Amino acid sequence: MKPRWIKDFHYPSRPEELAFGACTEAGVLITPNSGWRVFRPVIDHSRCVRCLLCWTYCPDGVIGKEEKELTIDYDYCKGCGICAHECPKRAISMVKEGKRP
Amino acid sequence: MAEVGIMAIDFKNLSDRELMYGQKTCPGCGATVAIRLALKILGERTFLCIPACCAAATTNAYPQTSFFVNNVVTAFPATGSTIAGMAAAAEAQGLEDVTILGVAGDGGTADIGLQALSGACERNDNVIYLCYDNEAYMNTGIQRSSSTPWGAWTTTSPAGEGARGVVKSRKNLFDIIAAHRVPYCATASVAYPRDFMEKIAKAKAIKGARFIHVQAPCPTGWGYPTEKTIEYGRLAVGSGLWYLAEYENGEMKLNMTPKTFKPVESYLRGQRRFQHMKEDDYRLIEKQRDREWALLRERMKS
Repeated sequence: MKPRWIKDFHYPSRPEELAFGACTEAGVLITPNSGWRVFRPVIDHSRCVRCLLCWTYCPDGVIGKEEKELTIDYDYCKGCGICAHECPKRAISMVKEGKRP
Repeated sequence: MAEVGIMAIDFKNLSDRELMYGQKTCPGCGATVAIRLALKILGERTFLCIPACCAAATTNAYPQTSFFVNNVVTAFPATGSTIAGMAAAAEAQGLEDVTILGVAGDGGTADIGLQALSGACERNDNVIYLCYDNEAYMNTGIQRSSSTPWGAWTTTSPAGEGARGVVKSRKNLFDIIAAHRVPYCATASVAYPRDFMEKIAKAKAIKGARFIHVQAPCPTGWGYPTEKTIEYGRLAVGSGLWYLAEYENGEMKLNMTPKTFKPVESYLRGQRRFQHMKEDDYRLIEKQRDREWALLRERMKS
């Protein structure tokens, strides 16, 4: 899940907003990764049993488990499909971007 | 198949807070799974050091920084010496609750950074060294490293009519570090996250030089669809071409001993880097594997 204390990404408007120099503050994110994606994972919550395997295996850590149902941060999901491939209940399906599930 | 480790790690109790986020690794990167899970166990009070490798290039796309812990990006051969210096600095400042973690790829560990790592292990500095092994120099475009398995195609070991990929078998990093008689040394795989996280937790509790060698499949370099990263990690262990072991208190132990191996074809056939292999090559790899395992079983108790 996206850290709450993250700096929200926005394109810097002034040079001062950029992290300059050899040492920079941690956790500066400016560009999302969502443009990389061709297929997006969609969770079918009625089939999900919260085994959290998708949460563990997700390379980008975009799946959040704090809420009652698992959430996906689509800003940073790259659509690799590991979650859908590893889900033992097949509760996650990969849907082509632009199409409805 | 024997049960992997003790079920001490419960996914439900782990922190949902990511300490690595928004990095620009390829989709389906195995190394990212390894670093992410390791940081989950080690927590916020971790001082990280990364040499030039996939992890450094993708997490520090200027001016972005994807780590939420202190991170030093160092020169390629200097991971071992940098973390040794960081451990000395932390000790001088009286910081007790910090973990010094070095994360490097297989090239930065087995080839270029070996002498610095060997020095850190020999001095028994209070550090953890995590080597994610994607079995080639992936960041610079798939060049052979000393950790690339026999017969694999890379750009510097081509395969085709006249050449058969890598002609030497891989370096056994686990044995090299265990020969330093470090307090803790282990191999792991990203496909077995419980086992991996337990090893990280165990390493965190021990003082001294600790080394964990984790296999991290790479969809770009190995040539397979991005969703199969975990599957190939599992197949590597299942077919006996990778093993989960640990070295502790002067004793080597196998964490998982498959009674029967899966056929090596199941692991090799789907990968582009082994595409040129024929039946004879599979048998040769099988023979090599059986020899290796006979040696392993002789030395270790499981």
